[in-house]
Amino acid sequence: MSTLTEAPPPLAPAEPAKKSPRKRGRFTPYWLLLPGLLWLVVFFALPMIYQASTSVQTGSLEQGYKVTWHFVTYWQALSEYWPQFLRSVFYAAAATILCLLLGYPLAYTIAFRAGRWKNLIMILVIAPFFTSFLIRTLAWKTILADNGPIVHTLNSLHILDLTSFLGWTAGDRVLATPLAVVCGLTYNFLPFMILPLYTSLERIDGRLHEAAGDLYAKPWTTFRKVTFPLSMPGVVSGTLLTFIPAAGDYVNAELLGSTDTRMIGNVIQTQFLRILDYPTAAALSFILMAAILFMVTVYIRRSGTEDLV
Amino acid sequence: MTTTDKSGDVRLSGIGKTYANGFTAVRPLDLTVPQGSFFALLGASGCGKTTTLRMIAGLEEPTSGTVHLGDQDVTHLPPYKRPVNTVFQSYALFPHLDIFENVAFGLRRRGIKSVKKQVEEMLDLVQLGEQARKKPHQLSGGQQQRVAVARALINHPKVLLLDEPLGALDLKLRRQMQLELKRIQTEVGITFIHVTHDQEEAMTMADTVAVMNAGRVEQLGSPTDLYENPNTTFVANFLGTSNLIEAEVDSKTGDDIVLKAGGGKLVLPEARCSAPTKAGGKVLVGIRPEKISLTHADDAGEIPEGRNRLTGKIADASFIGVSTQYVIDSPVCDELAVYVQNVERDGRLVPGADVVLHWSPAHTFGLDAAQDIDAGVETVEEEAA
Repeated sequence: MSTLTEAPPPLAPAEPAKKSPRKRGRFTPYWLLLPGLLWLVVFFALPMIYQASTSVQTGSLEQGYKVTWHFVTYWQALSEYWPQFLRSVFYAAAATILCLLLGYPLAYTIAFRAGRWKNLIMILVIAPFFTSFLIRTLAWKTILADNGPIVHTLNSLHILDLTSFLGWTAGDRVLATPLAVVCGLTYNFLPFMILPLYTSLERIDGRLHEAAGDLYAKPWTTFRKVTFPLSMPGVVSGTLLTFIPAAGDYVNAELLGSTDTRMIGNVIQTQFLRILDYPTAAALSFILMAAILFMVTVYIRRSGTEDLV
Repeated sequence: MTTTDKSGDVRLSGIGKTYANGFTAVRPLDLTVPQGSFFALLGASGCGKTTTLRMIAGLEEPTSGTVHLGDQDVTHLPPYKRPVNTVFQSYALFPHLDIFENVAFGLRRRGIKSVKKQVEEMLDLVQLGEQARKKPHQLSGGQQQRVAVARALINHPKVLLLDEPLGALDLKLRRQMQLELKRIQTEVGITFIHVTHDQEEAMTMADTVAVMNAGRVEQLGSPTDLYENPNTTFVANFLGTSNLIEAEVDSKTGDDIVLKAGGGKLVLPEARCSAPTKAGGKVLVGIRPEKISLTHADDAGEIPEGRNRLTGKIADASFIGVSTQYVIDSPVCDELAVYVQNVERDGRLVPGADVVLHWSPAHTFGLDAAQDIDAGVETVEEEAA
C-alpha cells in the first residue's frame, strides 16, 4: 500500500509535457467518425425510430395517429400479406441464382482470361448504370413484348408451352408473368453480383492453379477444390448484394408483372402512397427487414465466410 | 538408390521456347539428368532456367524438342498427368486449407482414401508434426517452405522440381534449409532439379550444376569441375571470382604453353586451355584469387623456380577475418584480386608496397580471348534489380 502512494512524485514533472499532444491525438478518430455518425443518426436511426413508433400507432388521417402499442397490426399485416412475402423471397432467390449462374463465368473470364480486354469488359458491365433504372426496366417491356422477336422465337420453339406448364408464364405471353419479373430482377442486379465476384477471383494467385495442376488436379477439380472455395467471399457478398435489394424491389414487379406477381415492395408502396395506412406499411417494412436479417444471418453462418481471408 | 534404374532420368532433347512476341527464353538444348541426382540449373535472372524447369513440369509448352521421363515421352502431357512435382518460388500453398490438407492434396487427387499415416510421416520428416491444423499464413517463411517440400514429396514423384525455393528466406535460414534439403534428398533418393541464381547455393547442394546464360547451357559439370576448369569467361566470373589476364601465345614446351603477358612469361598446361592455341594468338589466362601467393618485392629471390609470377603494387587491402583480400595494380591488369589466408601475416603487405604475385602453373586455366572479358561479372546495379 505504501508503495502506491510513494510512486507518483518522481513521474509527475515529466507528465504534463508528454501528455498534451497525446491527449489531442486521442480524440482524432472520434472527430473523423462524427460526420458519418451524424449522417447515420439523421437518415437512419431517427427514421427507424419514427417508423417503429408509426407501426404501433392507431388512428386515421383525419383524427391523427396515437401510439397505442397496437402490436396486432404486425399479426394482421403478416396474415394478410404472407403470399407476397413468400413470392418476394422466391423471386429474389431465383434472380440471385440466375445472377450467380450468369455472373460467375463472366467474372471468371474477366479475371483470368480477358488479358488486355479486361478493362473494356469491366466498363461494359458497369455501362448500364449510366442509364436510369426505370428506363432500363421499361426497355425490357419492349424486349419481352408479345409480338417481339424473343417471344416469337420462344413460342415457335415451344419453350413457352413448357414454361407456362410450370406456371412461370401464361399462355403465349412473357410480359406480366413471374418469368418477366425474375428476368428484370436478374438483369438489374447482375452487376452487383459480377463486381464482388470479380474482385475476389482477381485476388487469387494464378500460381495456385499451377500448383493444383502440378498436384494431379484436373482443371475441373482445380476449380472445385481451389478456385471456387477461394472465391467464396465474392459469392457471399455478391448473393447478398443481389438478394437483399431484389427482395424489397417493387419497380420490376410493377412494370413487368401483373397483379398476380405483386411483391412485398409493391404492397408497402401501395399502403404508404395510395391507401395511406401508415401503421400497416411500417409494420410490413419491419417484418421484411427482420426476415432478411434472419435469412442473411443463417446464410453467413452456414457459408462460414469468417474463416476465409 | 540403384544406378541401373533409369526410370527417373530426365532427358531433354532439343527443347526450346520462343514466345509469341519473338523472345527466345530457351534456345534448343539437350540435357540429361540421371536418376537420383541433385541437379542445379544456375544462372542470372532471365537466363531461361525457370522456363526450362516449367517445361519439365508441363506448365510451359516447349516450341521445339521433347521431354522424356525415363522411357516415357511427356512433352505433350498436361501437368496433372506427369509424375513430377514442383516446389514453387512463392510456395503457392492453398490458403484455405490447413497444413494437413495442403500436404494431403496430391494424394486425395489420386483417389487415395486413407492419407492420415502418410501425411503424418511426411510432416514428421520436415519437422512440422505439431503444425498440422494450422493455416499457411500462421506459419513462418521457413515452415511454409517445408510444407511446400512435404506437399510435393509425399507423392513420391520421379522428379522433384525446385524453383528458387529458398529465395524468400533470410541468409541464416537459407543456409539451414540448404542442408535440410540436401538431407531429405539423400534420404528419399528422388531426382531433384533445383533452379537458383545463387552460385554458392548451387555449389553447396548439387552434384551437377548446369550454368545457363542467355537461353543456353554454358557449361555442365560438378561444382569442383566448374570452379577449377571454367570453359568460358561467363562461368569463370559467375562462379566465384577470377583474374583474367590477356596474353599472347609464345611457344609450346611438352604439355605446357608458354605465354607472354606484359614483360613476363606465364606457363599454362595445355589440357587446361579451352581456347585454340597457335603461336602469336591471344589467350585469356585465368587464375583464382585464393591460388595466388603474395611476396614482398624485397624477398623476390626466395620464390621457388617454376612458378608463374607477376609484379605489382598493392592498391587496396581489406581484412575480413579468415583472410585478407588484396587488390593489386599490375602492368598486365590493374585490378588483380588476391585472397591470402591469415596464417602468418607479413606486416609489409600494406597499400603502396611493391609485391610479386606467384602461383603454380597447374592452377592456371586458359580461355578464348574472343569473348567478353567481363561476362558474368555481377555489377552493383544487377544485384539491386
